[in-house]
Amino acid sequence: MSSVAVIDYGMGNLHSIAKALQHADPQTHVQISADANVIRNADRVVFPGVGAMRDCMQALHDLHLVEVIQQVAQHKPFLGICLGMQALLSDSEENGGINCLNLFPGHVRRFADHLCDEQGQPLKIPHMGWNRVKQKPHPLWRNIAQDSRFYFVHSYYANPDHEQDSIASTDYPRPFTCALARDNVFAVQFHPEKSQAVGLQLLQNFLCWDGTS
Amino acid sequence: MSLAKRIIPCLDVDNGRVVKGVQFVDIRDAGDPVEIARRYDLEGADEITFLDITATHDNRDTIVHVVEQVASEVFIPLTVGGGIRTLEDIRRMLNAGADKVGINSAAVFNPEFVNQAAEKFGSQCIVVAIDAKKVSQSGEENRWEIFTHGGRKPTGINAVEWAVKMKDFGAGEILLTSMDRDGTKSGFDLLLTRAISEAVSIPVIASGGVGNLDHLADGIIEGKADAVLAASIFHFGEYTIEQAKRHMQSRGIEVRL
Repeated sequence: MSSVAVIDYGMGNLHSIAKALQHADPQTHVQISADANVIRNADRVVFPGVGAMRDCMQALHDLHLVEVIQQVAQHKPFLGICLGMQALLSDSEENGGINCLNLFPGHVRRFADHLCDEQGQPLKIPHMGWNRVKQKPHPLWRNIAQDSRFYFVHSYYANPDHEQDSIASTDYPRPFTCALARDNVFAVQFHPEKSQAVGLQLLQNFLCWDGTS
Repeated sequence: MSLAKRIIPCLDVDNGRVVKGVQFVDIRDAGDPVEIARRYDLEGADEITFLDITATHDNRDTIVHVVEQVASEVFIPLTVGGGIRTLEDIRRMLNAGADKVGINSAAVFNPEFVNQAAEKFGSQCIVVAIDAKKVSQSGEENRWEIFTHGGRKPTGINAVEWAVKMKDFGAGEILLTSMDRDGTKSGFDLLLTRAISEAVSIPVIASGGVGNLDHLADGIIEGKADAVLAASIFHFGEYTIEQAKRHMQSRGIEVRL
């Protein structure tokens, strides 16, 4: 039986992601944990999170999880979600500028104020709701149609330095990177655990992924 | 533009049972919120909102169990409103599997509560519910006020100013109900919806008064809402969520199908 650790560092509600992982594969052993040993011993690691980046990085430092995350992200299938994706970049504009984990060179930016859509309607921030995801080839998109809608809720977005790290994009109103991938690491801005059938498919794909692209 | 406008069915739950009547032909137990939520999920609901109207404090646990059950099999965003007064109330709902909580009268009595809740749990899960009623006379400029206690008690607070204040205090979304239209089936108060949606930079959910599918589309097109919430048109099996989405699409609105 394979296992997946959901990193618990106090940033948001982890029950949804744990329940969705269990639903996606009832055979997988799902553990919510802040324990370095549990995280190191799991076959796969999920790094979720909602809230502010300053609190996120502070919690990771306080719980001594920075090094653990950097280690497991070297070789285990690893899935970052929402704030757990943004934290993988070099730094974020949020809270006046915060250094992040630097697994993907690049910056986290805030959506500009007063953006408008093609009809001139003002766009709301947070970007909240179901939006289309334009995917590039990757095993985690298996059985998920191009341009499927996933559920988003965020005010900041990842802007990676290297185009090849971006594995999907979404328009709001301009395209932004909504998924990152390199080797065994995959990360998404949207919430697969709240994206109904397509989200569960992505989690199922992750739970049988060996970390090679 | 590809962000879909959302349709959110709302279930009024009293002591763990859906009230206001729900009729689906192939559902045996029409009052079971879990069964109804499952059905709405299959029909393509973008989110589901539970409004707990249980009067007694002792029976509040029932909504927690409802949310727990729904959250373990329905994987779309879930909002719980009704009786949310403390940070502990919010924590219990989020731990049960809710993604957002609706704060209504507690925000009116203590606006700082919204601030504290947003700081603690993040704006993304704080929905401020506003019950507004038109108070201007004909001939005057439109003016709406906040009412509490199910629309019975006026507060003297201007609804548009209140929405802006709640956004500044950290609300991530506004659930706006017209008390004049609620239950009338005569459509949203479109002027109110538009006034608030244009005044705030956060998403606005229109609520109160939906009687047919054009009302939903009007809320988006004329009211400028980001999402529309309805209860009875879905409960009584008049329309399915999918029909509502197809109709909105036929009027040029982007929806998730």
